[in-house]
Amino acid sequence: MSTGTQPLDVTAIRQDFPLLSRVLHGKPVIYLDSAVSGQMPLAVIERMAKYEREEHTNVHRGVSTLSQEATDYFEAAREKVRRFLGAASIREIVWTRGTTEAINLVAQTFGRMTVQAGDEILLSGMEHHANIVPWQMLAQEKGASIKVIPMNDAGELILDALDGLLTERTKLVGLVHVSNVLGTVNPVKEIIARAHAKGIPVLVDGAQAVPHLQVDVQALDADFYVFSGHKLSGPTGIGVLYGKLAHLEAMPPWHGGGNMIRSVTWEKTTYMAAPGKFEAGTPPIAAAIGLGAAIDYVTGLGLDRIAAREHALLVYATERLSTLPGLRILGNAADKASVLSFVVEGIHPHDLGSLLDGDGVVIRAGHHCAQPVMARFNVPATTRASFAYFNTKEDIDALVSSVEKAIELFK
Amino acid sequence: MSDPRELYQQVILEHNKKPRNFGKLDPCTHHAEGHNPLCGDQLELSLVVTDGVVTDIKFQGSGCAIDVASASLMTGIVKGKSVAEAEAMVAQFRGMVRGELDPATEAPLLGRLTLFSGVKDLPSRVKCAILPWATLHAALKGEEEASTE
Repeated sequence: MSTGTQPLDVTAIRQDFPLLSRVLHGKPVIYLDSAVSGQMPLAVIERMAKYEREEHTNVHRGVSTLSQEATDYFEAAREKVRRFLGAASIREIVWTRGTTEAINLVAQTFGRMTVQAGDEILLSGMEHHANIVPWQMLAQEKGASIKVIPMNDAGELILDALDGLLTERTKLVGLVHVSNVLGTVNPVKEIIARAHAKGIPVLVDGAQAVPHLQVDVQALDADFYVFSGHKLSGPTGIGVLYGKLAHLEAMPPWHGGGNMIRSVTWEKTTYMAAPGKFEAGTPPIAAAIGLGAAIDYVTGLGLDRIAAREHALLVYATERLSTLPGLRILGNAADKASVLSFVVEGIHPHDLGSLLDGDGVVIRAGHHCAQPVMARFNVPATTRASFAYFNTKEDIDALVSSVEKAIELFK
Repeated sequence: MSDPRELYQQVILEHNKKPRNFGKLDPCTHHAEGHNPLCGDQLELSLVVTDGVVTDIKFQGSGCAIDVASASLMTGIVKGKSVAEAEAMVAQFRGMVRGELDPATEAPLLGRLTLFSGVKDLPSRVKCAILPWATLHAALKGEEEASTE
């Protein structure tokens, strides 16, 4: 969606986020941790509260007006996701609890169908554990193996290695769209095209991509695209699996229970068509409606304007942090989202994290659920700042000054 | 303690930069490895215990300043003590950093190690401070591995 060239009114936007007015340890909170979880604007919180106060019941249940209303809101949110991702059909949008559950769903249905002993699953070297462990579990069960697309020192995938890694044994490629540690935006369209040239399907983990860039699953030609609501200014407990309809139709159900069946007898159960057959039990209805409201909010701001603002913040933070003695930024990809990991010589990231916390600066210190990335760069952990559309240059100045103080203390 | 900076006193910073008793004893009578799965801190302890007394102790590994300084100061204070005294120190240290014991009156064996008492106000860091002590406890009990989980 294009919303013109007018920049975002950040002062007004910040009023939508009550947490930004909090005080931590006597200092105003500086929230630079949107890659961990995005803050929810009031519009989302209030939409969910309205559902709980005035509309709460179950969906797809019976003939009551309330249930029909809740079903309509719930399905309208699904339609918002379809439009947001550029999917062809609303039937291609499956609700999950989050990115992790969506990947497990694909591994346990599509993966079990297609991966056999001796086969290979190809993952990128910068995956989050969520896109590693489900495939390792499948590989172990089937006697298959995991192969890895390597990356260079800038944190970019080495595409020269790709064609050699896509073999007749490769049954699936799993790939992160934007790295949660390095910020790298991977050329997923090209990678998908090269995998498809050999008939190999591709799952894209979009958890860190959807908050920052416009995604069009049809233009990408992704077989599966997954993300979480809470990284997109929405609530936790809701996520999305997009799958091409032909795949979803061919896949067996995963969890069994109510909601996902057509009919049940003691002899035989028949299942709903996609997406219903993947949605056993009562879904997180308020969270789904909240995610719909979050999509309205970010598309209202305009993803192009969000991207422009976040890029400016990333450039500014990179410039400022680079001048600090002993500080090294991990991830210098040419195409990078507003995620900035760094290490400081002589200061463990957890010490730095505690000291920044004391200044009200909220960042993530740790391995970011990406231990193979830590191993690749030979660090135990990093400090990571991540920027959202509501952040300001002053937030970055506060980060830089807090890091400077820590460097001085540890000198 | 509202400011974590108060915990990062000169003693801790200095032991982090120049840890004492760093290395590995070979041969040793007791040995254990500790790890903190949450943050990846790793620590290896080796001890020589003769006639119920810790006559030598060394550690190696990597971790944050709280962890390294805790290990460095622990090895210093434990050396020359009986196994029973060392175990009593483990209990006092754990109790202190979890806020269960008053450092002024209930941790008499710890001496200046009461400077770690501020860790109780940083719940996410308690395990960093405890890791060396949990590993010491495991080593003295003849266990090869300790975890703060």
